[in-house]
Amino acid sequence: MIGQVLLNGLLLGGLYASIAAGFSLVWGVMSVINLLHGTLVVLGGYLAWMAFHFLGLHPLVALAPVALLVALFGAGLQASVLGRVVGAPVLVTLVITFGLDLITRNGLLLGFGADFRTIRPSWTLGTAEIVGLKIPLDRTIAASAALAMTVALYFLLRRSWLGRAIIAVRMDRDAAALMGVRVQHAYIAAFALSAALAGAAGALLGLVFPISPLQSDGYLGTAFTVCVLGGLGSVVGAVAGGVLLGLVESVAGFAFGAENASIVSFVLLILLLAVRPEGLLGRRGYA
Amino acid sequence: MNHRLLAGVATVTIGAALGLFLWGDAYQLRLGTILAMYIALACGWNLIGGMAGYPSFATAAFFGLGAYAGALTQVKGVPMVLAWTFAAVVAATVALAIGWIVLRLRGHYFAIASFALVIVLREIVTNWTGLTGGGMGVSLPMLQTSVVEQARLFFTAQAVLAALAVTVSLFVASSWLGFALQCVRQNESAAGMLGLDARRVKAVAFCISSAILGAAGAIYASSIFYIDPSDVFDILLSVKPIVMAMLGGAGTVAGPVLGALLFLILEQTVWASFLSVHSAILGALVVALAVFLPRGLFGRRLRRRLA
Repeated sequence: MIGQVLLNGLLLGGLYASIAAGFSLVWGVMSVINLLHGTLVVLGGYLAWMAFHFLGLHPLVALAPVALLVALFGAGLQASVLGRVVGAPVLVTLVITFGLDLITRNGLLLGFGADFRTIRPSWTLGTAEIVGLKIPLDRTIAASAALAMTVALYFLLRRSWLGRAIIAVRMDRDAAALMGVRVQHAYIAAFALSAALAGAAGALLGLVFPISPLQSDGYLGTAFTVCVLGGLGSVVGAVAGGVLLGLVESVAGFAFGAENASIVSFVLLILLLAVRPEGLLGRRGYA
Repeated sequence: MNHRLLAGVATVTIGAALGLFLWGDAYQLRLGTILAMYIALACGWNLIGGMAGYPSFATAAFFGLGAYAGALTQVKGVPMVLAWTFAAVVAATVALAIGWIVLRLRGHYFAIASFALVIVLREIVTNWTGLTGGGMGVSLPMLQTSVVEQARLFFTAQAVLAALAVTVSLFVASSWLGFALQCVRQNESAAGMLGLDARRVKAVAFCISSAILGAAGAIYASSIFYIDPSDVFDILLSVKPIVMAMLGGAGTVAGPVLGALLFLILEQTVWASFLSVHSAILGALVVALAVFLPRGLFGRRLRRRLA
């Protein structure tokens, strides 16, 4: 039984990690807390639902196009509005992303209504049973895909020219500009990457949970908590924090009932902020 | 602060409030009540968010806490005014305890912690069904008076609270506390180095702010007779006062008041004409405000003349 609870937590954690990695990237690179992030996840879910409903595409097939569309949306926001307020006081950036969130959410509500949408592909893999553990295969694939994307982000930031440019801008904006990095472009790329991960996570979550505009708060809260748990400014931290939060929620849900799981995780968030605000694995910069 | 100007504004405002009290119909009184509540919320937030520069999103947390404290004591038969006072005390006490933890954080981390506070309290209230009725909410005892008389009563209560909030703000701004808060906003480390006990100053401001927010929540609960967690712990209740204060000029005394008035006018005109996209329009307003007027419409002038 405990094994099953831990497994569920682990699978949830993989999806949480991919949501939080993008959120953490924007926060770390631009010091902008993106209150829109949860809604970007939901947007990805709706796009996947449309691909499934109108084109008959499985969310795993539609993953790349959905991520690309959400990335374009994010890049547009960054280029038009958000780019103007990088480095502004916390209050200004928070209020602006909240405003963008209101607009996007209203758009989603007009387009899709408040009903829950579900994606039920005609073929599912069902569950496998290994040493008494029930393993939901679709969920496992979704979690693995999410983890794979997060790992891809890690290598992109470490190895590619683009990733190095983003991190250079984070470390010293002026020095990076002198080295020939176009700072605004690096910001746009960072935001687009973050949005792509959020959108892809939304598509994958669509396989597991129903999609509704009401969920964006929950995803945003998840991103917050994971970042604080794992520490801001590292992909590794996002993965560790995501898995930890998944486990905590799963165990807390088992011990105190599912409706109290989120209280446990938020109380954990506040306590952790008080004791160790830089997170368990946090560090300055983004690497 | 220019005393003659202050006296003039106060006279006009009291006159308008009195006129509304004597001759207003239920709808006008209700609008006046909302305006007074907005002023109280914006001024309350401004004490910690504007004057101390701590980006608090906890407004909805203390508003909701006050609403529930007031509602539950009233259900138990405590008289209205006593219940409101109790709500303010509860909010201030919780603020003191929570502030001890969260006021150590700065910038983004403080913002997140205050945001999380709203969600924690909402979840606790939703799940503690035995005490709070959970998601079903709480119904308050009805009053056996006419609609207009009720509207008059709650208008008076919120207006008195708003006046109190403005007076407290004026008092804080012109006292040692206001100066200390300004030091915290400009450079907390330097202020600490010069011997300012920043933590105590912030805690006092947070406490006063929360007492005002809690009382506003309690009066709101009494005035609408029914509350549920998603209504009184709505995160929009945290954001609207920020927008109002920024609209008028955060950190000043008059800014939040003017901002609240302006916000109500915008809200009423937008609400009435574009129901399906009102939150998008509110969002666009917020974005435009943050991009083009981060200091508020009157921010610079107010700072020079009044602060």
